[in-house]
Amino acid sequence: MNLKILSFGIAKEIIGQLELSVQLSDSATVADLKQFLIAQFPDFQKLSSLRVAINTEYADDSTLLHSNDEIVLIPPVSGG
Amino acid sequence: MLTTDELRRYNRHLLIPEFGSAGQERLKAAQVLVIGCGGLGSPILLYLAAAGVGTLGIIDGDRVDESNLQRQILYGTESIGKAKVEETAKRLQSLNPFCTIEPYFEQLTSKNALTILEKYDLIIDGSDNFPTRYLVNDACVLLSKPLIYGAIYRFEGQVSIFNYQNSPNYRDLFPTPPPPELAPNCAEAGVLGVLPGIIGSLQANEAIKLLAGIGEPLVGKLFVMDALTLTTRIIKIPRLPARFIIDKLIDYDEFCGIKTPDWEMEVTPEQLAEMLKNNLDFQLIDVREANEYAVDNLGGELMPLSVLTDFTGQINREKLVVIHCQSGMRSQKAIQQLREQHGFMNLKNLKGGLAAFRKMH
Repeated sequence: MNLKILSFGIAKEIIGQLELSVQLSDSATVADLKQFLIAQFPDFQKLSSLRVAINTEYADDSTLLHSNDEIVLIPPVSGG
Repeated sequence: MLTTDELRRYNRHLLIPEFGSAGQERLKAAQVLVIGCGGLGSPILLYLAAAGVGTLGIIDGDRVDESNLQRQILYGTESIGKAKVEETAKRLQSLNPFCTIEPYFEQLTSKNALTILEKYDLIIDGSDNFPTRYLVNDACVLLSKPLIYGAIYRFEGQVSIFNYQNSPNYRDLFPTPPPPELAPNCAEAGVLGVLPGIIGSLQANEAIKLLAGIGEPLVGKLFVMDALTLTTRIIKIPRLPARFIIDKLIDYDEFCGIKTPDWEMEVTPEQLAEMLKNNLDFQLIDVREANEYAVDNLGGELMPLSVLTDFTGQINREKLVVIHCQSGMRSQKAIQQLREQHGFMNLKNLKGGLAAFRKMH
């Protein structure tokens, strides 16, 4: 299935762009997505606090993904 | 009750049916604490003072630096080198004499946080580092205070309201801090000057909504925006099932992995002799008294510990600073004071002080 990833902060720096389209197997979960991201972009390994939101809600690792879901990655930022 | 002068000043608020004199009186009765008088603090404080918030607490241990002026619109060029809270208090008082301004010229720490936060109804976080953000969050949870959160990075910003009537807090959103190498601040990463203007104004807007009891405050939701594309999202924040229990304040530098081990904060007399011999670019400060300095010194800048706070504007924040006294005790105290109250992270103590240095020769 096709997923759109929207990333902010340091996640955007790691991926190199605001929006990215990825292909994952149909039964993929949030945990699978995290593994995929770490394999593609090893720096994600260091972001233990990375939370994944699906569409407009935060999701835990076991949540199933659906085609055309929008994945939003929002790491913490500290500037003020 | 609003006075005739106040009715005139706040006329444009009073004209809005949802706001009216009831909303304005709520603002007047409110006591709000803003942490940090920097990029976010500037618009937050200017708008809240203009809007007529009755009491505004301001806390910041920094002085104005030239590189702040690109975004910290509370200050002018003549403010450089002056204490931020003093400049801010003057500016806000001139903007609205009906506001009571309560300045704290210090850094928020685990020691003073609960005492300072306790008397305010609403806390707004305009700080610029993770240890302070976790500290403010935990103190708000312990004291049951609502917290308006805002943070920025280059072209991006985040806003939320935490801990409002037991709603999710910062640790539900970010249970653990990122490693320091993935957590750059404005000084390291840079920031677009107008960005804190946008995000701080959104924080001020949330504060006014919450205080006046209007609209739908951003409780349990995170607003995030990218200013380059004007992409915005609002994401619901659930409570974490396995929640960290906040029962006391901790050492937040250690929690965020930025604590410098004690041995890294010292230079030996031998190391200092090498540094002097090689003409390295560093600042040497002597915190003894003038009469001791007259007897013997290493050519360092004299800033006696007893009046050290008068000199904080002359201490370099960028390059290495070595501080010494006679035997190493007073300089240790000076370093602790400068770290905790003024946020200096670039200080080293001469082990054994001038006495050990002279013994070596």
